[in-house]
Amino acid sequence: MMSAPTTTTPGRRPAAARPEPATARRPAGRRPAAGNRPAPRTVVFAVLAWLLAIVFLLPYVEMVITALRPAGELRDATYLPGQFVWSNFVEVWRDSNLGHNLRVSLLVAGGSTLLVLLVALPAAYYTARMRFRGRTLFLLLVLVTQMFQPTSLLVGLYRQFYQLDMLNSVWTLILCNAAFNLAFAVWILTAYISSVPVQLEEAAMIDGLGRFGAMFRVTLPLAMPGVVTAVIFTFIAAWNEFVMGLTLSTVPESQPLTVGINSFIGNYSVQWNYLFAASVIAIVPVVVLFAFIERHVVSGLTAGSVK
Amino acid sequence: MSTHTEPVGPSRPTPPTPPPQDPGGPARRRSGSSLGRLGPLPWIGPAVALIVLVVLWPVYEMARTSFLNISVSGFVRGSAGLDQYRQLFADPDLGSVVVATVVWTAAVVGCTMLVSLALAQLFHQRFPGRRVTRWALIAPWAASVLMTAVGFRWMLDRTAGVLNTLMVDLGLVDGPRDWLGDPATAWPWLMFVAVFVSLPFTTYTLLAGLQTVPDEVYEAARVDGAGPWRTYRLITLPLLRPAALVGIVINLINVFNSFPVIWAMTRGGPDSQTATTTVFMYQLKSDDIGQSAAMSVVNFALVVVMVLVFLRVSRWNKEGA
Repeated sequence: MMSAPTTTTPGRRPAAARPEPATARRPAGRRPAAGNRPAPRTVVFAVLAWLLAIVFLLPYVEMVITALRPAGELRDATYLPGQFVWSNFVEVWRDSNLGHNLRVSLLVAGGSTLLVLLVALPAAYYTARMRFRGRTLFLLLVLVTQMFQPTSLLVGLYRQFYQLDMLNSVWTLILCNAAFNLAFAVWILTAYISSVPVQLEEAAMIDGLGRFGAMFRVTLPLAMPGVVTAVIFTFIAAWNEFVMGLTLSTVPESQPLTVGINSFIGNYSVQWNYLFAASVIAIVPVVVLFAFIERHVVSGLTAGSVK
Repeated sequence: MSTHTEPVGPSRPTPPTPPPQDPGGPARRRSGSSLGRLGPLPWIGPAVALIVLVVLWPVYEMARTSFLNISVSGFVRGSAGLDQYRQLFADPDLGSVVVATVVWTAAVVGCTMLVSLALAQLFHQRFPGRRVTRWALIAPWAASVLMTAVGFRWMLDRTAGVLNTLMVDLGLVDGPRDWLGDPATAWPWLMFVAVFVSLPFTTYTLLAGLQTVPDEVYEAARVDGAGPWRTYRLITLPLLRPAALVGIVINLINVFNSFPVIWAMTRGGPDSQTATTTVFMYQLKSDDIGQSAAMSVVNFALVVVMVLVFLRVSRWNKEGA
């Protein structure tokens, strides 16, 4: 039916276009429109972007403000509370299982990201580079997987892992999160790898690097933005996963953060201030991860264009 | 109905990939020099194993459940045949829920793509603070869909919601309203939040796509005298096609299945008036697992149809030479 995800046959445009002009044209490394003079359009872009950034952050600012509200002022229609109660954070950390939840979430997100890379990279590389019997079927399988969402499979998942006696296990959550994010990773990696011209790899192999050398030293660095995208996507998806954690982990110690936070709804009506205090704690690791990995996106890109 | 359950995977002709049922291990028996002879097995075997174990098996369990008669407490009372489906299709709410789902998906994905194209273009430019502002863009993603939706529910709270306070102060509304209590106002807010949480992923996918376009191409276009709009239409958009396709398909599937946004904000209520098929399925779950399983199967059929229609329309495998 459909042959391959996005960019398929080796050597179509985005790829072929990249290395050629870089070597052929004179101003190789220099980027146009950069420079030090602040053009008026740069100012407009900057103002727009900063405004948007503020709009995007405002809902979360409101969450932080709510997290700092004293319980008595929760129902007041005011923008800011009379006083900020920082002890909300301390209390929520002390009186709940957030420590356990945090550990589970980190293990699950980290573990499933690693597993996805281990499994998806070879599959994507092979699919991008080889024509083999069953290739279309494999890509179809991946596409079909992407259409399944854990939400719609909850009953099946629960019954399966109950039969396997693997409920309340971090490994179960790692496996599940990896499996449901695998499709996207394979997909995006296939697209990026096949956008690296085969000729580059062949040249490297002729120069004596061998297939694996060519794969790791030439293709992977050039496909780095794809790898980073896959990592970010998988980690954040696993970090934010809610329904599987809720269904497959029934004791508080083995539940991820999202489930732990959700328990603030309902236990005692909704404790909005504690709910958001816990949420703020949960957001921190993802922000740190992204701050850390964004560097690699940038350096991966520049490394790619120099090559 | 049961055709798209189990046989998709290994039982059909995947000659070089005999069903590696066990996870992890057995696929990479011999690698290295004999790689060529082993064919695709060591490369795609682990991926297939993971998919079979964690995705296809539950699908099979799910489909099986949809033909069973199961009590609320979980005891299997025997086969139900097609009764679950018959009851499901007799449900008066089903029609409106399906229509709502289609409108919801089309509107949210459409808005998301348009806004993301603009955002990606903006954040691709060079300006002071680009990195910091890009971080802000991932906030909805980093904070998780569930939290963002809960946050909006709180901000739309009838008495203490900051959005209500703000709109009253700006004179947009006469008094605080119960936005989420009335389907007519709840839907737009739900869609707004769904777009809001879909933007980071989509924008980043498009940004990654934009970054594969070499600057020299733009330079060449400028030398050839192409204006900005022409350059965008004739160079950027076609080169963005792969990334945009990924974005649209993933969003179609995600938005269609989107559960946390609606569940956190309205629980699909009042009744099922703000439910999509996924939420409806969850609402059924508390009454009857079998019927909920039947709804899941229908749900899946709908996603498949939607994605196939889109792929057909977008002429997926023609690369548009």
